[in-house]
Amino acid sequence: MNTWIAIGATAIGCYVVKLAGLLVPAGVLERPVVRRLAALLPVALLAALTAQQTFADGHTLVLDARAAGLAAAAVAVVLRAPFLLVVAAAVVVTAGVRALGG
Amino acid sequence: MTGPDGARRPDRAVVRDALGVGIAVGLSGFAFGVTSAGSGLSVWQTCALSLLVFTGASQFALVGALAAGGNPLTAAAGAFFLGVRNAFYGLRLSQLLALPRVLRPFAAQWVIDETTAVALAQTDRRGVRIGFAVTGLTLYVLWNLTTLLGALGAEAIGDTDAWGLDAAGPAVFLALLAPMLKSGTERTVAGCAVLLGLGLLPVLPAGVPVLVAALAAPAVLWAQGMRRGGDGAARERRLPGDAVDPQGGQGPHAQAAEAHDDEDGDQR
Repeated sequence: MNTWIAIGATAIGCYVVKLAGLLVPAGVLERPVVRRLAALLPVALLAALTAQQTFADGHTLVLDARAAGLAAAAVAVVLRAPFLLVVAAAVVVTAGVRALGG
Repeated sequence: MTGPDGARRPDRAVVRDALGVGIAVGLSGFAFGVTSAGSGLSVWQTCALSLLVFTGASQFALVGALAAGGNPLTAAAGAFFLGVRNAFYGLRLSQLLALPRVLRPFAAQWVIDETTAVALAQTDRRGVRIGFAVTGLTLYVLWNLTTLLGALGAEAIGDTDAWGLDAAGPAVFLALLAPMLKSGTERTVAGCAVLLGLGLLPVLPAGVPVLVAALAAPAVLWAQGMRRGGDGAARERRLPGDAVDPQGGQGPHAQAAEAHDDEDGDQR
């Protein structure tokens, strides 16, 4: 049930912001500080999420096979690999390190 | 990619761009389906997310927060804040698409990174509309199909962690983040957010550290404003839509939007 509540809230919230962009008059969101904040907010969230999902195990920080997978993904990003290849690199290396007992 | 004088691109070229982005990104719904089912969501819940939320980063964030044991509303808040950027894409698109008001609620669901990138790369209204519609349709259909396949596949293989699939989520975030790190400001924000997100993890309830980490964005902006002493010399920044390149540098770029005439096509 909790999961459905989260899904419902996210679906409504995300749809409303999409629609708001199409409906509100341009002036409201065009203030430079609002635009800068909107551009930086995803940077902060994605950086925090990347770090947490790599190093978190519940409430503790751990260094496990995921870190190796992320390092591989980072190399793929630097080499400008396509999106799917970046994800595949992380998955394959993580699985490989785990298989080797990491 | 576009004529130097903003010459009209043939429809075929627009459709080709749109299909390229739509197919490449649409296939990564597979990674979402696997991650979501591996995080403990049912196939129905996983598919509902792709059908109803349809903005990848928010979907990954939500299932990650739920898997970590976060409160449902805290988890939804993190996903919501990630989706806020779509409002700014919509703002830009509404001028370029000039859709009748009755159509806007239907077009809204497709206002995401990829459709915006393709639409902004076109040089005239017809191209913008074709680019938006073809990218949106391709991506929506494929993303949902591959989500279903991924979720079914994850249920079939059982322990997704053994296959390294728990690394797919953070890799997706990294791939989305990398093209945004263009200047020192973005890197500072990202660095602060990592420190906050990891540092607060042991002490705050699940899902909350990410929300606190989001405060790195206004904090860095504020610190920069203080340093400049309000001399008003802040350079005009590009639209948030320009910051996202879903193809990791290979996709259509947004510069063409500059060449676009800014006629106001609103139909009131």
